[in-house]
Amino acid sequence: MDTLLELAWTLTKITAIVGPLMLGVAYLTFAERKIIGYMQVRIGPNRVGPRGWLQPIADALKLLMKEVIIPTNSNRFLFVIAPVLSIAPALAAWAVIPFSDTMVLANIDAGLLYILALSSVGVYGVIIAGWAANSKYAFLGAMRSAAQIVSYEIAMGFALVGVLIAGGSLNLVDIVEAQRGSLVHWFWLPLLPLFVIFFISGVAETNRAPFDVAEGESEIVAGFHVEYSGMTFAIFFLAEYANMILISVLTAVMFLGGYLSPFEGIPVLEGLFAWVPGMVWLLAKTCLFLLFFLWFRATFPRYRYDQIMRLGWKVFIPITIVWLLVEGAAVVLGIGPWFSGTAG
Amino acid sequence: MSFERIIFYAFAAILVYAAGRVVTARNPVHAALHLVLAFFTCAGLWLLLEAEFLAIVLVLVYVGAVMVLFLFVVMMLDINSAPLREGFIRYLPVGLAVAALMLFEMVAIVGVRYFGPEQVAIPARHPEGYSNTAELGRVLYTDYVYPFEIAAVILLVAIIAAIVLTMRRRPETKYQDPAKQVQARKADRLRVVKMSAEKKQ
Repeated sequence: MDTLLELAWTLTKITAIVGPLMLGVAYLTFAERKIIGYMQVRIGPNRVGPRGWLQPIADALKLLMKEVIIPTNSNRFLFVIAPVLSIAPALAAWAVIPFSDTMVLANIDAGLLYILALSSVGVYGVIIAGWAANSKYAFLGAMRSAAQIVSYEIAMGFALVGVLIAGGSLNLVDIVEAQRGSLVHWFWLPLLPLFVIFFISGVAETNRAPFDVAEGESEIVAGFHVEYSGMTFAIFFLAEYANMILISVLTAVMFLGGYLSPFEGIPVLEGLFAWVPGMVWLLAKTCLFLLFFLWFRATFPRYRYDQIMRLGWKVFIPITIVWLLVEGAAVVLGIGPWFSGTAG
Repeated sequence: MSFERIIFYAFAAILVYAAGRVVTARNPVHAALHLVLAFFTCAGLWLLLEAEFLAIVLVLVYVGAVMVLFLFVVMMLDINSAPLREGFIRYLPVGLAVAALMLFEMVAIVGVRYFGPEQVAIPARHPEGYSNTAELGRVLYTDYVYPFEIAAVILLVAIIAAIVLTMRRRPETKYQDPAKQVQARKADRLRVVKMSAEKKQ
């Protein structure tokens, strides 16, 4: 009976995370169209509902009503399971994200490793979709995407090693607590190169512009999901946006102090904003990075494929390795205020 | 039956099924995907053994990196498995003999006689604050630091050897030098020609 109750309670908590996340994804698509619209001096969707607020609901309904087409000669089982494989890791990673110092679904010790493992599993959805669709465009897209994700995974992993050294733990709550103090105690300052590399690698991992050669409308139609329609396509879409939110929240947790208040350590403002719950700060920081995602898309032209590979292997990986050495030296020397406590 | 035991048997059954399909699947891509499933369930079993670091690293390294490259190659090659099956009956007796021998050897070494509950004590559960990851790190970098470093150097040598063996100068490949590309100016590429307007003939 106790086990059942606990199970029900855990399920409630999962719903409380995934429900708002799905809503967030829906409105992220709306925000994207609006923000990029304003950046390009147009208005964006404004017809459905007041000021266009119901547009994402209408889009979701449209996708639900459409027919799911399964191409002949495709592998039916893999074709259907690919979108699921794509979204499952994007949702499962939320289990270890701390929303406040006590609000975590699973406060596990190896949280950082868990996230790294899950983000590397996400590529299967893309590969399997490209292969099972039995279409050359889809296959090309899948190959590009797989090569890209594997390359940027390495730089991302090294950036996380830097966070691990600075935080002294793999537990995400401990990592956030290690940044407590003030704005300059957050890891963005001592780990500035890793911070930038982590976020850019995150953009590349989610196959977003300017790294979206896996979709590349102008060359390979829509890449790996060219044969998908209706709900199966919608799940790929959901997975992409859920991944964007995940990368943003991870960057906020690991480099911008997660749920910590930005006014900490400032005499008057600290007390003035002490009532704001940590989740609000986390949300605000996440939105900042999401805005960057949209901004990139509105600003940069698509990278050429060899440029992507060069950036990943020849620029990012050497920089991360060099910065790990610098950080190691800083830890040994106990340079404050970040590394004074971690030495020894 | 406790919940943990149910999970164990479920994972074990999936693992055995997936491992079986790896060798019986006709399509090499399906075989590779079953191997992924096998790794995943194996990681689940390791979690039950309180070895969470190894479990997560198994997923990270084998599922996330090795098998992706595996799939990559298998998908690109488009292997036709029909010719590979031609000699199945002919080689069956030899294969069965080898399998039986291996089974015998494994039973002889890791049988109940040596690893049963009488010989090896059942490991005690770790207390709540125990961190498998931290413990493993401490042991690796203190007691086993030399073997660990030597293994790392050997791996590095293997990486460099692989690169050196496969790298050769290929004059026919087209290569872009980004430094040169960045330095290209408008004046190098573009010539503006002034001319008077032409009349349509």
